[in-house]
Amino acid sequence: MDHTPFIVGAYTIGFIVLLWNATAPLFKSKTIARDIRRLIQIEERSIDSDT
Amino acid sequence: MTEETRTETKPRKNAFVLFIHKLGSPPWFYGFAGKLIPWLWLIFGVLAAWGLYLGLVKAPTDYLQGESYRIIYIHVPSAWMSWMIYAVMAGLGFINLVWRIRITEILAMSSAPIGAAFTLVALASGSLWGRPTWGTYWVWDARLTSELVLLFLYLGVIGLYNAIDEPRKAARAACLLALVGVVNLPIIHFSVKWWNTLHQPSSISFTSGSSSIDPSMLWPLLIMATAVKFYYGASLLARARVKLLEQDKRKTWAKNVIREGS
Repeated sequence: MDHTPFIVGAYTIGFIVLLWNATAPLFKSKTIARDIRRLIQIEERSIDSDT
Repeated sequence: MTEETRTETKPRKNAFVLFIHKLGSPPWFYGFAGKLIPWLWLIFGVLAAWGLYLGLVKAPTDYLQGESYRIIYIHVPSAWMSWMIYAVMAGLGFINLVWRIRITEILAMSSAPIGAAFTLVALASGSLWGRPTWGTYWVWDARLTSELVLLFLYLGVIGLYNAIDEPRKAARAACLLALVGVVNLPIIHFSVKWWNTLHQPSSISFTSGSSSIDPSMLWPLLIMATAVKFYYGASLLARARVKLLEQDKRKTWAKNVIREGS
């Protein structure tokens, strides 16, 4: 029995799952940064309209 | 104790207490974690490359299992991490429930997806090792079933945390569930001793010092086991930073972080 597909399969699954886990916070932080930038813009606009 | 020695020991204690207090401050933690993460990734990368090279290239073929045993270099570290992360998560959950320290709930909840990822890798790689070795991908034996229960516990903690809108209430409920689930850890560990399972008993013993695995195969495993701890550290801090920023997005420090672009 050729064991190569099992070894390759195990490491591929491991690599994909751990890569997803490591990169997920990066994508999430970009979304949050966009939200915060929007909040800052709203805040600055309200300050401008007050003055 | 003289007055002189008292003044000598006091600043050291204060520095430690100060560090603990600083860790509880979201802006300080955010900056500190940001500086630490690249180093943790670097150490992980070096150790993982070294461990995989030794395990996949240099280690000899097993006389009984053939080449398929090389799956242990991802399976065993992942399985160990799935247990360790759960214990850490429950420990942080306990601290959070008793002392209500916010950073501990952030770290506990950030641990859950990482632990779930390692459990998934342990189950999938174990299944792929089982096919050529046992002749089947899955059996409902005690070790495999209790590990699957661990995955469900992680998913339960993640689900419960996301199901409640108020983050602090959500974290308290999820921490309680994590604490209840700790009962599964000794079941996983001792399952191969308590029941007659298809999964073999532990090949490595840290307490007795006797391992049935050859050093040429053991060292890559220990290196990989160390590497994944740095992975956990880096991933945990990265997730905790994001969670802090998300929860504090209306606060001045979070806006300053985005303004400064760090």
